[in-house]
Amino acid sequence: MKKIAFGLTTVALSLAAATSQAGEVEVLHWWTSGGEAAAINVLKEEMVGAGHTWKDFAVAGGGGESAMTVLKSRAIAGNPPSAAQIKGPTIQEWGDLGFLTNLDDVAKAGEWDVVLPRVVSDTMKYGGHYVAAPVNVHRVNWMWANPEVFRKSGASIPTTWKQFIVEAKKIKAAGFTPLAHGGQAWQDATLFEAIALSKGAQFYSSAFIGLSDKALRSKEMVDVFDTFKQMREFVDPGFSGRDWNIATSMVINGDAAMQIMGDWAKGEFTAAGKKAGVDYVCYPAPGTSGAFTFNIDSLAMFKVDGKDKQAAQKDLARLILEPKFQETFNLNKGSIPTRLNMPRDKFDACAQSSMDAFLASSTTGSLVPSMAHGMAVNSMVQGAIFDVVTNFFNDESMTSKEAVDKLARAVKASM
Amino acid sequence: MNTKAANSGSGQTQSGRPARLSLADWMPKIVMAPTVIVTLVCIYGYMIWTAVLSFTNSRMLPSYDFVGFDQYERLFNNDRWMVALTNLGVFGGMFIAICLFLGVTLAIFLDQKIRAEGALRTIYLYPMAISFIVTGTAWKWLLNPTNGLEKMMVNLGFEDFTFNWLADPDMVIYCLVIAAVWQASGFVMALFLAGLRGVDGDLIKAAHLDGASIFTTYRRIILPSLKPVFFSAMVILSHIAIKSFDLVAALTNGGPGYSSDLPANFMYAHTFTRSQVGLGSASAMIMLGCVLAILVPYLYSELRGERHE
Repeated sequence: MKKIAFGLTTVALSLAAATSQAGEVEVLHWWTSGGEAAAINVLKEEMVGAGHTWKDFAVAGGGGESAMTVLKSRAIAGNPPSAAQIKGPTIQEWGDLGFLTNLDDVAKAGEWDVVLPRVVSDTMKYGGHYVAAPVNVHRVNWMWANPEVFRKSGASIPTTWKQFIVEAKKIKAAGFTPLAHGGQAWQDATLFEAIALSKGAQFYSSAFIGLSDKALRSKEMVDVFDTFKQMREFVDPGFSGRDWNIATSMVINGDAAMQIMGDWAKGEFTAAGKKAGVDYVCYPAPGTSGAFTFNIDSLAMFKVDGKDKQAAQKDLARLILEPKFQETFNLNKGSIPTRLNMPRDKFDACAQSSMDAFLASSTTGSLVPSMAHGMAVNSMVQGAIFDVVTNFFNDESMTSKEAVDKLARAVKASM
Repeated sequence: MNTKAANSGSGQTQSGRPARLSLADWMPKIVMAPTVIVTLVCIYGYMIWTAVLSFTNSRMLPSYDFVGFDQYERLFNNDRWMVALTNLGVFGGMFIAICLFLGVTLAIFLDQKIRAEGALRTIYLYPMAISFIVTGTAWKWLLNPTNGLEKMMVNLGFEDFTFNWLADPDMVIYCLVIAAVWQASGFVMALFLAGLRGVDGDLIKAAHLDGASIFTTYRRIILPSLKPVFFSAMVILSHIAIKSFDLVAALTNGGPGYSSDLPANFMYAHTFTRSQVGLGSASAMIMLGCVLAILVPYLYSELRGERHE
């Protein structure tokens, strides 16, 4: 009896000792599809390697809407996770509410100001202090294509939206679905913003960042809606409500020719064992070759209690920006590292061209935040735009002129 | 031992009797108190809180900056809300009407002392045991234009058969009606079957002696006596219609566009994912209004009925 009691005490003591040295991080994220799950696993392994405990808090759902709901309820209850996948203007909203912790010492030690491009580091700061660590940069204006389908239908890869319509008709006549698409509001908006970007980064910025009434009601915007409506006839009848990775699998299987989707789609191709340039090809969305709509994933750090938890949190922030993690994570996820001057030999052709475009567009001013992915406007304005865009895409009777008017009014009402 | 026990027993009854009585008096109150408190706080308290929030400009988290009826004004200027309200009218009306009709018809048929009644009753009632999420997912597969029903008909040789209601903004609301009716009409049937069995047999016999046909007996005598059952079924069905959220979330997720949104989905989207807690609360208050509009006449008639007795 005594021996057992002694043994139990020892176990309890050693457990207590172990937990006080190594902290626990709880990370809320929505990286749940095949390629994404593999990518986040890298971070998990590194944290475990550093002696910490990783508590995974994954909430499924592509756009992260349900994850944000869970996060809000946890924050209101006074029990936020150590880190959460928050990005863009939402970081500022959380900062305003006073939930985020200061990471300046980690950032200073890791020279974040030097290794990160300005446009990235600015979004990671609240009131001049680092509160979040950037994980990757996604290019949203990508087009993924299955060359086999193009060959069978005798079409060529389009570089403008006009040409897209011509080629898509050929593909449709050959019995394939020209455009793999999922009819969820954010996917409609992704397609819509790619078309808007083809009118120039200047127009894009004044419409979706400046929210200028003039740009929203302009002739260009009417054109954008016209082209957008034409896409409706190139999607298959079952598109409504489909998840993005299912749409990607249509391109992978050779049922569909193209998909307009950010480079996280590449993770799906990789997970299916496909080779870039052979089984699938990547091109900038038609008419946007010089421009880059970015979507930066980041983990914002919340104020947590307990020295061990705080230490683990700092370690997490440090590890995210280390070159090793940046490389492995982004190879799995399909995105590009946020650090500049990374060795790029392991990355495929798509990622390399994305890195080139990222650098080039940041000097020409055509590096713009993605509206569809919550980088440009807050969730209220974004929601208002989504409503108009998705309603227009599905409502056959609405004209582009009406849509433009609705868009301008909806944006104004939500500000 | 025995005497001791008897002594102490009698001693207790003598000295402790008044105390025990009062404890027995208090017992029901003590037992009920936690439930009452939880109900008061978690239902009525939050109702009041939501009402308060609907008059503020709360965004991501609640704030107490009062703005009057602004949120209600924005709500009724919002196209999406109007779609959701219209959908509630169409969905609720058709759902209740069809469920009542099917439920009554099935109940009358089952009431004819047929064989295997128990098995049939179970078959019809069983969908009620499934959650709306499951119903929605199953019907989503059945109604999907590229697989499911349409594909089956095409495979059977009907090449031109199309059924794309799920992708058609004008028809999608009827998909919701189909799934909801499938789920709830068996329950209505069960309610009416119980009611039919409770009708006084002498009344029916008397009607038969008077030469009334079965149809007339049901129409003029049996169904009118089931008025309370009708009323209960109406109240339950309209509650299901107004709070419908999971069915839409699973079957259409509000799409295509937002053409199949119901008020509950609107409320959820704005309160929790779009950081518009104020607007969401306003829509919740309108939904509460809808529920009260049904509940108050019901309670009124119930209470009045009691007084008569």
